[in-house]
Amino acid sequence: MVEQVRKLLDKRLKSIEKLEELRQALIDDKDTSRILISVCGGTGCRASGAEAVVDAFAEEIERLELQAKIEFKETGCHGFCERGPVVLIGPKKVFYQHVQPEDVPEIVAETVLQGKTIQRLLYTDPATNEEITYEPDVPFYKRQTRLILGANGEIDPTDIEQYIAAGGYSALSKALFQLTPEKIINEVTKSGLRGRGGGGFPTGRKWQSCLKAEGDIKYVLCNADEGDPGAYQDRSILEGNPHSVIEGMIIGAYAIGSNHGFIYVRNEYPLAVEHAIIALEQAMDYGFLGENILGSGFDFTITINKGGGAFVCGESSALIASLEGKIGEPKAKYVHMSEKGLWDKPSLLNNVKTWANIPLIINKGADWYSKIGTDGSKGTMIFSLVGKINNSGLVEVPMGITLREMIYDIGGGIPGGKKFKAVQTGGPSGGCIPEEYLDTPVDFDELTKLGSMMGSGGMIVMDEDNCMVDVARYFIDFLKGESCGKCVPCREGLARMSDILNRISHGEGKLEDLDAMSDLGEILSDGALCALGRSAANPVLSTLKYFRDEYLAHINDKKCPAGVCRELIEYSIDADKCTGCGVCARACSTNAITGEKREPHTINQGMCIKCGACYDSCKFDAVIKG
Amino acid sequence: MDTSLDFITIQTILESNAEKVENLIESYIDKKEQLISLLQDVQAEFNYIPQDVLIRISQKLEIPLSQVFSVATFFQAFSLKPRGRHTITVCLGTACHIKGGQRLVDKMERDYELKPGETTEDMRFSLETANCLGCCALGPVVVVDGKYESKVTPDKLDKILKKYE
Amino acid sequence: MTKYWISSEKTVDIEEAEDNNAVHFSVDDKNVVVSSGQTIYEALQRQQGIGNIPALCYHPAVRPYGACRLCTVEVSEDKGKSFRFVASCLYPAREGIIVKTNTERVRNLRKGIIELLLARCPNTKIIQELAEEYGVEKPRFALGDHDCILCGLCVRACQEIIGKSAISLVNRGIYKEVAAPFYAYELGEECIGCGDCAFVCPTGAIKMGENGKPELPRVKIPYAEIGAMVSASQD
Repeated sequence: MVEQVRKLLDKRLKSIEKLEELRQALIDDKDTSRILISVCGGTGCRASGAEAVVDAFAEEIERLELQAKIEFKETGCHGFCERGPVVLIGPKKVFYQHVQPEDVPEIVAETVLQGKTIQRLLYTDPATNEEITYEPDVPFYKRQTRLILGANGEIDPTDIEQYIAAGGYSALSKALFQLTPEKIINEVTKSGLRGRGGGGFPTGRKWQSCLKAEGDIKYVLCNADEGDPGAYQDRSILEGNPHSVIEGMIIGAYAIGSNHGFIYVRNEYPLAVEHAIIALEQAMDYGFLGENILGSGFDFTITINKGGGAFVCGESSALIASLEGKIGEPKAKYVHMSEKGLWDKPSLLNNVKTWANIPLIINKGADWYSKIGTDGSKGTMIFSLVGKINNSGLVEVPMGITLREMIYDIGGGIPGGKKFKAVQTGGPSGGCIPEEYLDTPVDFDELTKLGSMMGSGGMIVMDEDNCMVDVARYFIDFLKGESCGKCVPCREGLARMSDILNRISHGEGKLEDLDAMSDLGEILSDGALCALGRSAANPVLSTLKYFRDEYLAHINDKKCPAGVCRELIEYSIDADKCTGCGVCARACSTNAITGEKREPHTINQGMCIKCGACYDSCKFDAVIKG
Repeated sequence: MDTSLDFITIQTILESNAEKVENLIESYIDKKEQLISLLQDVQAEFNYIPQDVLIRISQKLEIPLSQVFSVATFFQAFSLKPRGRHTITVCLGTACHIKGGQRLVDKMERDYELKPGETTEDMRFSLETANCLGCCALGPVVVVDGKYESKVTPDKLDKILKKYE
Repeated sequence: MTKYWISSEKTVDIEEAEDNNAVHFSVDDKNVVVSSGQTIYEALQRQQGIGNIPALCYHPAVRPYGACRLCTVEVSEDKGKSFRFVASCLYPAREGIIVKTNTERVRNLRKGIIELLLARCPNTKIIQELAEEYGVEKPRFALGDHDCILCGLCVRACQEIIGKSAISLVNRGIYKEVAAPFYAYELGEECIGCGDCAFVCPTGAIKMGENGKPELPRVKIPYAEIGAMVSASQD
C-alpha cells in the first residue's frame, strides 16, 4: 500500500537536472517579503518549554491570520542552550532568549509587525552590561565560525525541501557526476579532516583502506552513540540537520563502494532518532537513497539502529557487536575494521560530525578547507562548552583557538565572580587542564600532550567550588558502571580505583593509595582490551598530576578544600546572621536543626547527613559550609 | 544494579497478550541481528521485559535463551522487573553532576525511599539514572515520562512529581 | 612448572616449516619460523623454551577471548621503532614482527593483573601459584571471595564445542557473572551434563554436582543477589 501511494506521489528526482530544477523552483517560490520567525526546537530548548512557545506562535499567527506575512518554523538546536527557549526574528535575526508562551503576543505585535525590540528578552553582555539585539553580535556567536551548525537555525529539519533550497545535496551531485571515488577520497585526504569522534584518525586514510579492501559487500556506519557526558553536538546535528549527515554518508559509500549503511543512535536521544527517521524517509522519497540515485546507477540505503544504553557501545567494535545483535563487548582490533568489520565485512565507521563535514569539503574543496585550523588539525570543531560558564552551549570554532578565548571570550568567563580551576576535555577518556595551560591552542595533538584529549568535543569548565578528587571519583564511578566487564584490568582495576577514590573522599585515604592508583593506571593503559579501558585512568592521572595538593589535603588533613566531599565538610549556623526564621529546620529531613522562633538555630552534627538542604534554603547566608 | 528477581509474583504477560506478542516477534522472524530492537519494542510495550516473552523470543528466533538473557541484562535500557507507572530519569552526566545532580538522587532516596533501578512499593515511580541526556547547558536535568525538566533543584523536583499520580 | 593449558609439547622441525606459508619473526631476540594463520601464543606453544607466556582464559579447543590479559606481550610492527602491548592469544603472528615477552613493563603488567586477580580470588589455588611465581604477596585491595575469574571458558565451551549455550555471561562490569537464564540455581534440559565447562575451567570455580549438572560459581560480592528461581525450562 505504501509503495502504491509512493508511486502516486512520485517525487523521486531522477537526475541532477531535476534536482537543480527543484532547487531553483524552491528558491524562486520563496516569498522573501515574509518575515521569518524561527524557534529553536532542540531537546535543550524543549526542556525549557520550547514546545509551548511553538504552539503559542502557531496559535497567534492563526488568530491574527498572518500566514501571508510570516514564515514560521521550528528549527534544530541553535547552540545557545542555556538561554532557551530561543527565538530569532527577521532577516537581521533579532535574538530573544528565555522566551515564554506569555511573551508571544507581544513579540508578534511589537517586533514582528512593528520592528520594535522588547528589552527584557534581549541578551545582556555580562562584561559590558550592554543589551545586544542581533544574533551575529552576541559575543557567544560572534566569535564562532558556524560552518556546520549554522544551518541549524535556518531550516526545519523535518522538511527536506528546506535543506535542498539551502543548497543541500549539491555535494552529492558533484560527487556522483563530476568526481570519481578516487578523486573524492583524494579531496578528503587533502583536506586534512581527522575523525571527530575522539580518535582523530585521518579520515581520508580510513576511506582509502576501505576502498582497497577486498569484497563486494562493504558497510558505511555512522557513530551517533555520543556517550561522553557533557557532549551533545551529535544530538544537535542529528536533530537539527540530519540530511548533512545522510549526504556525507552517501558520498562516503560511493567512494568506497558500499551499498548499505547504518546510523547507530544512542537510546537516550529520542528526538534525534525521530528526526533521522523522517529525514531518511524523505531522502528515500526524493531519490537520494535507494536505487539509481539521481540517475547515477549507484544504489544505497541506510538503516537506523538504536543503542541499548551502554557507553561502551560508542567503541567501534562494541558498536558493531551491538549491530549484530550481541552484547556490546569490544574485540581486539588487530585486524582493522576496514578489512573485517560488521559481519566480518569491510566497514567504514565515522562520527556524526565527521560525516557532516563531508558535503562541505566536497562543495568548497580541500584547498579551502585546509586553510582553516592548524597544521595538524584542519577545519572547525564543535565543542559543548558547559559547566561553570556564563555562556553555555555549543560552540563551533576553527581548530587552533586557545582555551582562554573559548572560555572567556566566547564563554563569557565564570559566573558569580568565581575563580577558574580547570577545564575537562575529551569526556571520561580525557583529562583536566589547569589555568597555566589556558593559552594552549585547541588541537588534537596539543591536548594529548597535556594528558587530555579532544575526544568528542566536551569541554566542562570547573571553578573553585569543584573538588578535583570528587571529579576523578565521578568519572571512575561512571566508567566502572559502563565497563563491559570482559577484561581484568578494566573490570577489576576500575572497581579498585573507585574504592580508593571513595575512601579518599570520605576521609579514609592513605598516602599509599596515590601510588596504588598510579600503578592501576599503568595496568589499565598497558593491559586493557579496548580504548575505553586504556584511557579510563586519564581523569585520575591528570588530576593527580595537576591537583595533587587537593588529594593530599583529603588524605593528610581530612579536608576538602572546595567544600564538596560530604564527609569532610561541616555545616554550621552563623548565630549573628541567623534570623531564626526556621526555614532550614523545615528543609532538614533528619530534624538535625533546632531552635526557638526568632532565635539563632543550631545544627546537631551527630544527626546531620550533610545533604546541604539547609545551605540551599537559607536566604540570609547564615549557614556556613566549612 | 539490582539483580534480585522475584519471579514468583510476576504475572505471566503471555496469557493476556499472546497475539500481540506473537505478532511483534513475528515481524523480526528473519532478523535475528535486530534482537536489541525487538527487546526495545517489548520494553516500550510492557514497560519491562517479561520472562515468558524472553523465552518466546528465544524459541521463535532460534537464539539460545542464555544469549537472549545476556543481551537483556547487558543494556541499561532493559528492565527485567515491572517498572512503576512513571519513570523518573535523573541525569548524572558530568555537567549535571557539577551542578548538583547527585542531590536529586539523594533526595529521592530520602523522601521517596527510592534508589536508582528500583520502583516504589505502590508502583508509582521508578527511578533511573542516565549518564548524560544531551542537555548539558541546562543541568541538572530530570526526565519524567519522556518530559524534560531543566535546572531542577530538590524543591522543584517535589513540585514536578506532584503532578504524577 | 605451573599448569597452563597447552595443546602439545611436540616440537616442529625447522625444515618442515620452511614453505610458502611460513612466517618468520623474532621473539625475545630469537628467530622463529612457524606456519601462518596462528596467533603469537599458539605459535609459541610449539616452540620449546621460547616465550614462557602465562595465560588463564586460553584453551586450544575454543576461540581465544583475550579477557585475562596475562598473555600480553610487546610487539613492534616497524622493525623495532615502536612497540605496543597486545594480547598474544589474539594477535596474528605476522612476517617480520618483533615480540618481547619478558620486558620489565610486561612483567609489571602481569604482576598487576595477578594482584587484581588475587584480590578477587584470594583462596583460589592457581591464582595463589601465579602470585608466588610472580612475586605478588598481599594485594593492596580489599579481598573478595570468588573462585570465578570470568575467563568465559565454560561459556565458550558450551557454545562452541557443545553448541548448547546453556550458560552465558550476564550483566556487565563488576556485576558480570556466569549464569543460567534468569539466574537459575539449577540447569534444566538445555544442559546435557557433559562436564565440558568444569573440564576447561582453570580455577575449579564451576564443578560438576552430584546430579550430573554443573554447580555454577556463586557470586559473592554484595551487589548481586541471586533470586530463588526455578529453572526456566521446567514448565
